[in-house]
Amino acid sequence: MQLLKIELYKLWHSRISKVLIFGYFLLIFSIAILSTIKIEFGPINFYLAEQGIFNFPYIWHFNTFMIALLKVFFAIIIVAMIGNEYSNKTLKQNLIDGLSKAEFLRSKVYAILAFVLTSTLLVFIISLILGGIYSDYDELPIIFTDLEYLVAYTVKLFGFFTFCLFLSILIKRSAFALGFLALWQVIEGISFGLMKWTLSDLIPQISAEQIFKFFPLNAMGNLIKEPFSRLSAIQNIADQIGDGFVKDYSVSFLNIIIVLIWSALFIYGSYSLLKRRDL
Amino acid sequence: MSNTLLQLYDLSKKYGNLTAVNKLSLTIEKGKVYGLLGPNGSGKSTTLGMVLNVVNSTSGSFQWYEGKLTTHQALKKIGAIIERPNFYPYMSALQNLILICKIKQCSSDCIEEQLKLVNLWDRRNSNFSTFSLGMKQRLAIAAALVNKPDLLILDEPTNGLDPEGIHQIRKLIITIAEQGTTILLASHLLDEVEKVCSDVIVLKNGVKFYEGAVNGLTQTHGYFEIAAENEEQLLNFLKMHSDLGKIKKENQYYHVSLEKNISTTEFSKELQKAGILLTHFSKKQPSLESQFLSLTQTKKHATPEN
Repeated sequence: MQLLKIELYKLWHSRISKVLIFGYFLLIFSIAILSTIKIEFGPINFYLAEQGIFNFPYIWHFNTFMIALLKVFFAIIIVAMIGNEYSNKTLKQNLIDGLSKAEFLRSKVYAILAFVLTSTLLVFIISLILGGIYSDYDELPIIFTDLEYLVAYTVKLFGFFTFCLFLSILIKRSAFALGFLALWQVIEGISFGLMKWTLSDLIPQISAEQIFKFFPLNAMGNLIKEPFSRLSAIQNIADQIGDGFVKDYSVSFLNIIIVLIWSALFIYGSYSLLKRRDL
Repeated sequence: MSNTLLQLYDLSKKYGNLTAVNKLSLTIEKGKVYGLLGPNGSGKSTTLGMVLNVVNSTSGSFQWYEGKLTTHQALKKIGAIIERPNFYPYMSALQNLILICKIKQCSSDCIEEQLKLVNLWDRRNSNFSTFSLGMKQRLAIAAALVNKPDLLILDEPTNGLDPEGIHQIRKLIITIAEQGTTILLASHLLDEVEKVCSDVIVLKNGVKFYEGAVNGLTQTHGYFEIAAENEEQLLNFLKMHSDLGKIKKENQYYHVSLEKNISTTEFSKELQKAGILLTHFSKKQPSLESQFLSLTQTKKHATPEN
């Protein structure tokens, strides 16, 4: 708790991180803006909120997916909060003042955890409010089904932020760490393409998808699958075209485990980097 | 409670092929003021870095409080400044010190006292980034003192400061030493160490060359820099004189070391009696550089241990 307080104190007294944190939490509320989208164009009358996106229990899926996109924004804060410790040499000073390397890392992880949980709580509250206003169904059992999307949301964010933590400790400079994050996304994409291309010839028993789901960013992405094709309006269209499809949108337990293992590896990797390096 | 604060046992640090610190053993006891003396690159900062948990040692070990506390627990009870002052630039002096109190888990009651001591109380609400180097260094000293440390470690505290800043910091260190705080002062400046320290440890190339009282190191009587019209006559006189040591010629002057304290008036009278006409004469104290040279040369073949 003391460690979390130390980290929050550091963030609180930096104007930039204060603005970014509040900005992030405000952006979460911006999903409510979607409810006001109304398109009236001659005979076409389109009111987004009434297309069923805010129906329970679908809203849990839709909101967690949409709001999770904002995580990139928060990644900047994580990367900056480590990068600054290096560039100001305050990491060195913290250690001299008697913080152990493990305590330093724990203070960062606790801060990440605190933000992830706050973020999850906000998603829960805003979904409850939006659903309460727009949902066609309001029976309690229906409202509280599919809450596993919130668990997936928590794990997804935590996994992503610990990845950011690891990268920024590895690279020490905020801008490069963010660049590397983007690069990593590309690397995963390319290696998937390569695997798909070559693997079927080499080992036909294993598909590229089977391996690819163990890649960190892809595993995080798989936690909450895109919700759009699940919308009844869109499925109706697909059925009409005669291209009806069945897709599993549920949160896979295996996926949660994969991401949690990655998180553990990232935290452990950060620790061994800190421990090994001279400052 | 025992008096031993810190012990080093054969502590070494290698950077690739370079040995920065070589089997260094030391004991730091409570109540003394230590000087860690050595030219740049002699391993002073590396040694301090190792005991301060920021540099990993290659071999050997050290322990704080005779091993009763882990390193990071011990560091909460001491104060240290190394190289440049490192603070959060966006926080004020006061906010930075409060954070340090949180880390050190000490009360923030004496922040005011320390900020007044270093003359920064009026600027307590200014951001660290607006401070001059001298102010930053003074804030670092205040930060190192907020927990009433058992030991204050200072690494080159006057490095890069202007003469006024240097004077302020030295005065401050003397004040702190007088209050009874144990100090370990690393410096490459002999006079700095001489002014405040009771004990001195001399490092060169990571090896300890001398450990003991400060006056043991500085016990030289200086030397004469001398030149005369008749060089031969002068040289003969110098060679015959019983209180003089080594003679060597540097540029157009002779440098003669003194075995005994001889005043310039006394000596010039003697020269006058001998009928030697001087063209140049002055008494000088050896510089740190020559001090080191003589120290390292005389002990070149001896073992580094004492």
